[in-house]
Amino acid sequence: MSTAVETRLNSRVPTGPLPDQWTKCKNELKLVAPNNKRKFHVIVVGSGLAGASAAASLGELGYNVTCVTIHDSPRRAHSIAAQGGINAAKNYQNDGDSTWRLFVDTIKGGDYRSRESNVYRLAEVSGNIIDQCVAQGVPFAREYGGTLANRTFGGALVSRTFYCRGQTGQQLLLGAYSALMRQVSAGKVKVLPRREMLDLVVVDGCARGVVCRNLVNGQMETYAGHAVLLCTGGYGNVFYLSTNAKGCNVTAAWRAHRRGAYFANPCYTQIHPTCIPVHGDYQSKLTLMSESLRNDGRVWVPKEKGDQRKPTDIPEEDRDYYLERRYPTYGNMVPRDVASRAAKERCDAGYGVGSTKMAVYLDFSRAIEEQGEDAIRRKYGNLFDMYEKITDDNGYKTPMMIYPAVHYTMGGLWVDYHLQSTIPGLFVLGEANFSDHGANRLGASALMQGLADGYFIIPYTVGHHLASQSLKPVTEAHPKFKETMIDARSRIESILAVSGTRTVTDLHRELGKIMWNRCGMSRNAEGLEAALTEIKELREEFWRTINVLGSGEAFNQNLEYAGRLADFLEFAELMARDALERKESAGGHFREEYQTEEGEAKRDDENFCHVAAWEYQGDDSPHTLHKEHLDFQNVELTTRSYK
Amino acid sequence: MPAHKQLNLTLRVWRQPDAGSRGEFRDYKLYSVSPEMSFLEMLDVLNEQLLEEGEEPVAFDHDCREGICGTCGVVINGQPHGPMQGTTTCQLHMRNFEDGDLIVIEPWRASAFPVVRDLVVNRSAFDRIIQAGGYVSVRTGQAPDGNAILVPSPDQAGAMDAAACIGCGACVAACKNASAMLFTAAKVSHLAQLPQGEPERKQRALQMIATHDEEGFGACTNTYECEAACPAEISVSHIARLNREYSKAMLTARQ
Ligand SMILES: Cc1cc2nc3c(=O)[nH]c(=O)nc-3n(C[C@H](O)[C@H](O)[C@H](O)COP(=O)(O)OP(=O)(O)OC[C@H]3O[C@@H](n4cnc5c(N)ncnc54)[C@H](O)[C@@H]3O)c2cc1C
Ligand code: FES
Repeated sequence: MSTAVETRLNSRVPTGPLPDQWTKCKNELKLVAPNNKRKFHVIVVGSGLAGASAAASLGELGYNVTCVTIHDSPRRAHSIAAQGGINAAKNYQNDGDSTWRLFVDTIKGGDYRSRESNVYRLAEVSGNIIDQCVAQGVPFAREYGGTLANRTFGGALVSRTFYCRGQTGQQLLLGAYSALMRQVSAGKVKVLPRREMLDLVVVDGCARGVVCRNLVNGQMETYAGHAVLLCTGGYGNVFYLSTNAKGCNVTAAWRAHRRGAYFANPCYTQIHPTCIPVHGDYQSKLTLMSESLRNDGRVWVPKEKGDQRKPTDIPEEDRDYYLERRYPTYGNMVPRDVASRAAKERCDAGYGVGSTKMAVYLDFSRAIEEQGEDAIRRKYGNLFDMYEKITDDNGYKTPMMIYPAVHYTMGGLWVDYHLQSTIPGLFVLGEANFSDHGANRLGASALMQGLADGYFIIPYTVGHHLASQSLKPVTEAHPKFKETMIDARSRIESILAVSGTRTVTDLHRELGKIMWNRCGMSRNAEGLEAALTEIKELREEFWRTINVLGSGEAFNQNLEYAGRLADFLEFAELMARDALERKESAGGHFREEYQTEEGEAKRDDENFCHVAAWEYQGDDSPHTLHKEHLDFQNVELTTRSYK
Repeated sequence: MPAHKQLNLTLRVWRQPDAGSRGEFRDYKLYSVSPEMSFLEMLDVLNEQLLEEGEEPVAFDHDCREGICGTCGVVINGQPHGPMQGTTTCQLHMRNFEDGDLIVIEPWRASAFPVVRDLVVNRSAFDRIIQAGGYVSVRTGQAPDGNAILVPSPDQAGAMDAAACIGCGACVAACKNASAMLFTAAKVSHLAQLPQGEPERKQRALQMIATHDEEGFGACTNTYECEAACPAEISVSHIARLNREYSKAMLTARQ
């Protein structure tokens, strides 16, 4: 169905030894003269960690920035929900951490499917992020002596995670948001809330603007600039149920993809092991319980199938602490993909607990015994409260019940070392790009990446783009803007014109089921083939039966959701196709045909040590697959082992 | 989880097509609501029912649905975010209601928060209060090492208590004067307790309060309704700190 070409995607990775590459790159980048910066206009789409940090930093440098977001305030971006923490190689604990170790852990955690140079740079700037956030007033946890505190996260043997109780994402986002608000009051950044980017405007091959729908009055608006930054987050909601905020979507990325930006590794999705299990068909989202809980919580199921006793009545000898049993070195702290599959394995084998039997226990009794309930409350109080609000159960008294859920998407728009997509002038930051996490992301690394991209990378690389291209002046009056706007408007009109009988939620749930069953925690060729047909049928069903009431020229949430679902229905097919083409298991992508005897993921480095970057060829032609070969010169490709 | 009885409810919901139109309450019957549902999931079910009947769904703001983004928020039977202490609308579950209940659902009511549609209001005034000084003026790349300035752990904890504000606006909705003092105080108090906030401490308090007033929020008359309604349980003691910050700043400003 697709044609594969071995292209040399130019990733613009600098030559020379890894530790010197970023410095070398920065030294060679062209600069924009201070008083010329104000002649450039940059459009930032999204105000999460990536977008807010980029917009604020560019404003500080003197560029004019317009930042659009679907939210009513930049502070509400999905980044706000991150709980556990942010990694940085500070080695404040004197436990042997270093840039090198964070780099190696991230490469290994990603199952050797990420670009060495990008990951090294991420580790290199990680310390600056903490410094920056502290200076902004982010209230990171402190030791009694006043120094910064750390906790341990999965996939690491050092303690390098910085945190603000269970609200790290909130505090980091509020830090970036405050920097952004400072630039708004300085007049350098204009924030336009409740605007949804519906298309990208490409002029002479360069990204020069966006088409947005004003969500309050439904009017189409266009914004022209010299560069566009997409910071629009991940596409986990293609599964309908996920831990993502309801507004997370693929629309901006997908629309840019259709205009020429390659989509890389769409099949790489992360299933988080510690979420509150599904309990009813009215359910609208899943709730994550931070991975940090695995520091003190022990995961188990009864040794006996269908054991009916209350968990507290099941004695030690009748419990199977299966992570500790299978992975003695990392135990409960194995990476997420490993922990998730192990839970699924136990439940599929009939050992699951709870009313649906699709859950395992996360037990704090030993930690409470050793450290006292107060200590546990201090560390995770808000998580226990949240658990109780949702389930009506007290996690201090009885083990929590958890099950894996869709959480993060490693795939995203392909970017080079400058974070530029295959469309010149279109840069992609944060979860929306594919860059640093390979086939699996380690905990506490998304916040790090979003802020690295926005604070410390993009201010340099965008400047280079602006200084090295001779960009013609382009305004909203350029015919391309009108043309693109008409495209976007006609899509909206065609959704409204259907006036069928099925609701967005109904169809989205159905898509979610297909994706979860066939393209979720484990995948096989037969299921993926079936998914391709089912997705296509469902897409046709959507365009025949969708029922959206009201007008396009008003505040109309149902219309917004329908537009996003329409894009998910196109994107889902590419995701399944990518999963089908990747005939190996790697990180979060587990193909049942490719596993070791012990049921661990089995990579095929000979044939699949590459990034799969897909090029859109029109609605009626298959995508073209481009492969960026991944060169490992500094770490050895080995089989991941957490035993 | 214990199997609870399903609920049959009457919902009295504020409907208003846009800022310029007059709104009104409309009653809807909803049957067999599971007590395990969240309040917003219950509204989802209502909206599915309305779509089927050919009536436009009720607009309401929401996003994270886990109590942290501050997007959701409606007044439920006269109480912002409903009856549960320290709980956002999205975290409120239907097990807190009884079969046969009449539930009145309205938007935040405050002149500084104009209605956008139905239960959705415009809270941009909060962003403008932050723009007036709710930040530390540090540019990207200027920061010293994170451990260069020690912060005693109680100060950090105090700052974190204030910084936990989710910016939902329930404090304004709860206040008879529609004052946003708790919101403003949370930000001032967060930064006042950290050494990083010190240099701009005075002007921050003065400017943020000035903007608060300009935006049309009312004065604080210490009724503490805000604290009772706050889902993040921000204490009114932060307002006391704001008042101290403000008076100190006024005194020195006069000199
Ligand atoms: C529950 C949860 C907990 C997590 N905990 C952690 C953690 O502890 N540590 C960690 O490192 N990571 C964590 N993550 C992952 C991390 O939070 C995200 O990957 C990261 O915050 C994404 O940031 P972002 O800036 O790329 O995107 P987002 O924060 O998702 O921001 C996207 C922005 O784009 C805007 N937008 C989207 N579409 C459009 C459009 N079409 N037009 C205009 N604007 C648009 C939105 O309004 C928003 O402003 C967690 C994730 C979840 C779901
Ligand atoms: S939806 Fe985020 S706080 Fe309720």
